Amino acid sequence: MGNEKLDQLYRSVIMDHYKTPRNKGVLESSNVTIDMNNPTCGDVIHLTLQVENDIVKDAKFEGEGCSISMASASMMTQLIKGKNTEDAVNAAHAFSDMMLGKDIDDSMDFGDIEALTGVAKFPARIKCATLPWKAMEKGIASDSE
Amino acid sequence: MLNKDIRNDFPILDQEVNGYPLVYLDSAATSQKPRQVIEALSNYYQNDNANVHRGVHTLGNRATEGYEGARETVRKFLNASSTEEIVFTRGTTTALNLIAQSYGRANIGEGDEILITYMEHHSNIIPWQQLAKATGAVLKYIDLEEDGTLSLEKVSDAMTDRTKIVSIMYVSNVLGTMNPIKEITEIAHAHNAIMVVDAAQAAPHLKLDVQDLDCDFLAFSGHKLCGPTGIGALYGKKALLNEMEPVEFGGEMIDFVGLYDSSWKELPWKFEGGTPIIAGAIGMAAAIDYIESIGLDNIEKHEHELVAYAMEQMKTVEGLEIYGPRDSSKRAGIVTFNLDGVHPHDLATVLDMNGVAVRAGHHCCQPLMKWLDVSATARASFYLYNTKEDVDRLVEGLRMAKEYFQ
Ligand SMILES: Cc1ncc(COP(=O)(O)O)c(C=O)c1O
Repeated sequence: MGNEKLDQLYRSVIMDHYKTPRNKGVLESSNVTIDMNNPTCGDVIHLTLQVENDIVKDAKFEGEGCSISMASASMMTQLIKGKNTEDAVNAAHAFSDMMLGKDIDDSMDFGDIEALTGVAKFPARIKCATLPWKAMEKGIASDSE
Repeated sequence: MLNKDIRNDFPILDQEVNGYPLVYLDSAATSQKPRQVIEALSNYYQNDNANVHRGVHTLGNRATEGYEGARETVRKFLNASSTEEIVFTRGTTTALNLIAQSYGRANIGEGDEILITYMEHHSNIIPWQQLAKATGAVLKYIDLEEDGTLSLEKVSDAMTDRTKIVSIMYVSNVLGTMNPIKEITEIAHAHNAIMVVDAAQAAPHLKLDVQDLDCDFLAFSGHKLCGPTGIGALYGKKALLNEMEPVEFGGEMIDFVGLYDSSWKELPWKFEGGTPIIAGAIGMAAAIDYIESIGLDNIEKHEHELVAYAMEQMKTVEGLEIYGPRDSSKRAGIVTFNLDGVHPHDLATVLDMNGVAVRAGHHCCQPLMKWLDVSATARASFYLYNTKEDVDRLVEGLRMAKEYFQ
């Protein structure tokens, strides 16, 4: 059966983040909370951020969704912790580009996240991967208002 | 079981998807189209295309005959007493919205009650929510039994003197449940409420008889019964349709147009503003002819056998939970399920990589997902062209997904 193709999507790093998600839970000290859902499939994410002086001090997520959306949330929170908000938003844009199959800026150190490049070949799953990033972007935008 | 040669009528089934012969198990979303329907559409466009009800010319006559002939086909299909009771719409959604906007706005007031169930499709929920919000009416939900069936007792209990509209699906697109529409209609009428039937999932699989059901309105979509997308029909009792105002205004639906006022054509055309869905109606009529040539009784029986087989086989997969009635004879050709440890999207992707098409998500039934206490489910739905081998391929894929995600 089509295991090779599946392996392109479900890379072991992704499965690792899915099975043992980082930053799972709700931040008590958060000053930004965002709920977002994917209306076509029912995936939901509850993201809590602690943003101080334009720095994302901490981030946690709760949610219900497939391996791709939950692994993406885990990786995203890992990446943005300690980053300033502008860099976090830039990372979200770079991630969108990556999902569209575009080359991304070399300066973007995505680490584990690069494992999600395979999602671009599964159009039906792109929205799963981008949901947590959209939530983060929205949260940061609302904080800076 | 139906003869496997039926598959030869459906050219689309003869292909490989991701390196495997296609197994299409998403007919509840939309069915595939037989050659007979595809040919009816191309024949119309190649030979008869013209606008209807206007031209004096020959093509105009042919198009009009095709379109109005399709109405007669739908009338017979539903056993309605007159073609005046058959309104062509874009599909079930448009038909239900028409009832809510036209009948609803005229007959529903503050404090009146509209009764639906937790298993409804969004298209049989939101039009009533909007109507309730606009009029101050109350939208009420009938609770389901534990196995996802609907009891007449709960229907009766939910009825009050204020109940004006009862709107219920005939067959659930998630649970596969077949609701006792005839009995519910009796209860509704005993309380002077009207009965609206969402037959989107029933029309492709069951013999319908609107006079026997005695429902007031019934809606279905062509694309789920082997017809093209963008066409469906609303059946309504003549006395009700006569009283109702159109919701779309423009060409085709008028009798006389003055500067400040206009009057409408008679039934059913007053509800069909603009150039109608001519090719769609002709294609849908070809689809009805097609499924009737196979026989709805035979189709229903075929699906029952497939569902019984599928449920039996799926039970052998560890950690698989099936929603809805356990008794396969109580359901239409739909099996909705979850596999422990594998999210339905992941499951659908794994199956797709093996050429098996299923649906994953909330199936346009968010209130039902909440009732089932799940965020999403996977669904396999069967139609006349599916076989036991298709079920085997599904079950094989489920085992593989289970292993892959271990
Ligand atoms: C039970 C039920 N009702 C209504 C609909 C809506 O049909 P359509 O999208 O063709 O308007 C569907 C199909 O998705 C359905 O399954």
